[in-house]
Amino acid sequence: MSEEFFIQGNEACARGAIKAGCRFFAGYPITPSTEIAEDLSRLLPKNGGSFIQMEDEISAIGAIIGASWSGLKAMTSTSGPGFSLMQENLGYAQITETPLVIVNVQRGGPSTGQPTMAAQGDLMQVRWGSHGDYEPIALSPSSVQEFFDFTIEAFNLSEKYRVPVVLLADEVIGHMREKIVIDDNIETIKRTAPTEKGEDFLPYKALENGVSKMPAFGDGYKLSITGLTHDERGYPATSNPQDHQKLVKRLCNKILENRDEIARVKLEQWEDADVILISYGSSVRSVIEATFKAREEGIKVGYMKIDTPWPMPEKEVLEVSKIANDLIVVEMNLGQMVHEVERIAKNNANTHLIGKIGGELPNPDEILSKIKELV
Amino acid sequence: MDSEINSKENPSLKYLRKDRLPHIFCGGCGNGIILNSFFKGMESAEMDFDNIAMVSGIGCSSRIPGYVKCDSLHTTHGRSLAFATGLKTGNPDLDVVVFTGDGDAAAIGGNHLIHAARRNINLTVICINNNIYGMTGGQISPTSPKGSFGSTAPYGAQDAPFKLAELVTAAGASYVARWTTVNPVQLSNAIKKGLKTDGFSFIEVISQCPTYFGRKNKLRTPVDMIRYFKDSTVVKRKADKMTDEELLGKIIIGEFANNNRGEFTKGICNLSIEECGKPTYKKSAYKL
Repeated sequence: MSEEFFIQGNEACARGAIKAGCRFFAGYPITPSTEIAEDLSRLLPKNGGSFIQMEDEISAIGAIIGASWSGLKAMTSTSGPGFSLMQENLGYAQITETPLVIVNVQRGGPSTGQPTMAAQGDLMQVRWGSHGDYEPIALSPSSVQEFFDFTIEAFNLSEKYRVPVVLLADEVIGHMREKIVIDDNIETIKRTAPTEKGEDFLPYKALENGVSKMPAFGDGYKLSITGLTHDERGYPATSNPQDHQKLVKRLCNKILENRDEIARVKLEQWEDADVILISYGSSVRSVIEATFKAREEGIKVGYMKIDTPWPMPEKEVLEVSKIANDLIVVEMNLGQMVHEVERIAKNNANTHLIGKIGGELPNPDEILSKIKELV
Repeated sequence: MDSEINSKENPSLKYLRKDRLPHIFCGGCGNGIILNSFFKGMESAEMDFDNIAMVSGIGCSSRIPGYVKCDSLHTTHGRSLAFATGLKTGNPDLDVVVFTGDGDAAAIGGNHLIHAARRNINLTVICINNNIYGMTGGQISPTSPKGSFGSTAPYGAQDAPFKLAELVTAAGASYVARWTTVNPVQLSNAIKKGLKTDGFSFIEVISQCPTYFGRKNKLRTPVDMIRYFKDSTVVKRKADKMTDEELLGKIIIGEFANNNRGEFTKGICNLSIEECGKPTYKKSAYKL
């Protein structure tokens, strides 16, 4: 059984969260993400969940980390300024391996910028925003259906790898209305408690995939959770270089070593392409249209839609760089993903940027004229 | 009584992670008196130790939970009350205790402090106020008395201090008290009352940091500091009848609030019962 709805992206995200098993939301109002909080303030009490409007975004992410350790799937939503405020606690969630989902419905920045306009300027902030080394997971939806589907996927990945996952949407996807189909049978990954009992359990000893089981507070494990570098028991271990190397490398490797399983990309008409367009989020919509128009004119163009900007699908980018002469990265900033593509493609292909800021989607005709310049 | 005195082990040790000792606190620090008072208050309140979860931020006081053999969440600077709000709301069955200090709670975490009090969420907060940043080496804090010295106030603190117990009372907490490390009996009694209160409880403890506050303020030894507390404290009943001028340099001790205002997590739970017929779903991450 499945049901069809005609709803806004932010509403689809809220519904996705409930389907994914999210039963705790803490947030702070901010355009253009507010509808997610509004919808969940209505939906959570109807599903045995808790909603708290916090005093700021710092406390919002703090509260969801606390809720996650109480044994709930938890989420917050925000936009650029709030995402900036969350960076310190995002690092805390990384080092303590706390599963949670942060939705960032991007708007124009820096600073207050363009609150009601779309942008993709936070891509690198997701990668490098908190201090120290870590490997983020981010999903970027390009339709209302994907905002729903990726919300569920974000929760599943966060539980599977015990990490915070960023859902990197933008104003266009957040506010656009489209038809979506919600299936009754949605696969969710449940958190698994350790099988061993009591205080001897090591909450930071890696099992398969570099991840260990996660008990909840109150389960009798006497957990010691800290943002300090810690040993397998969770005890602070801050002065031995080996302890720090072991912990931080494991945190990074649990993502890097599973990159192929996490990374999602969609490739279309690429086998014979001279030019391949690469994009993510709402810009993908223009890229699809531009590909269609170019093919109509007999130009061999394909596209790569990157659903997980982090971790970057390096294998696929390298592969297409060996096929096409030119790669054009289309994004709504002055050049962020283009540096990643350049790094991976090296000299295999020429990498170009169509970087559009100001709040409008890149126009398919702009993309088409860039393609014509190149072929 | 005799057997307790003669026994080799301190009665508080059974609550501690012995594998984490020795602790990092300086000789003469007030943290030990306060932790002992906490365990006494916990015992006289007949709390189930296994049900206690501790949350803290950053600073000397925030290192206490790491030594206690209970679930503990040592969080980021100033944010302990935000994390505790999520933990307590997620599982209201836990008895959540927050250890914080003047820098953690009143400076960087000041906003969370007043909002947690406003929500009246059932947390027991022990705020160890030593009027200085100990862990970073003796800088002044928002509670340093005007004119007192610190490594960032070589000419004396220029700004007026916060009165924490009064601030939290005004913000709406159900139980508020201030004592000093000179009053361990009253302190453990206040902790007992705080643990029993169904709402936000804030116990401010004026404590000594001989290493930094004492050394920079002519109170070099712990004894000097204890003597200073003894000489400066005025009980609230008496203080209520004194003028601001008479209270200059005094530490007001006693209870500031003790009421039964509605508690936050009960409201959340009741809303769930109204909207879906069941209380909020605990530990649902393992089932959904």
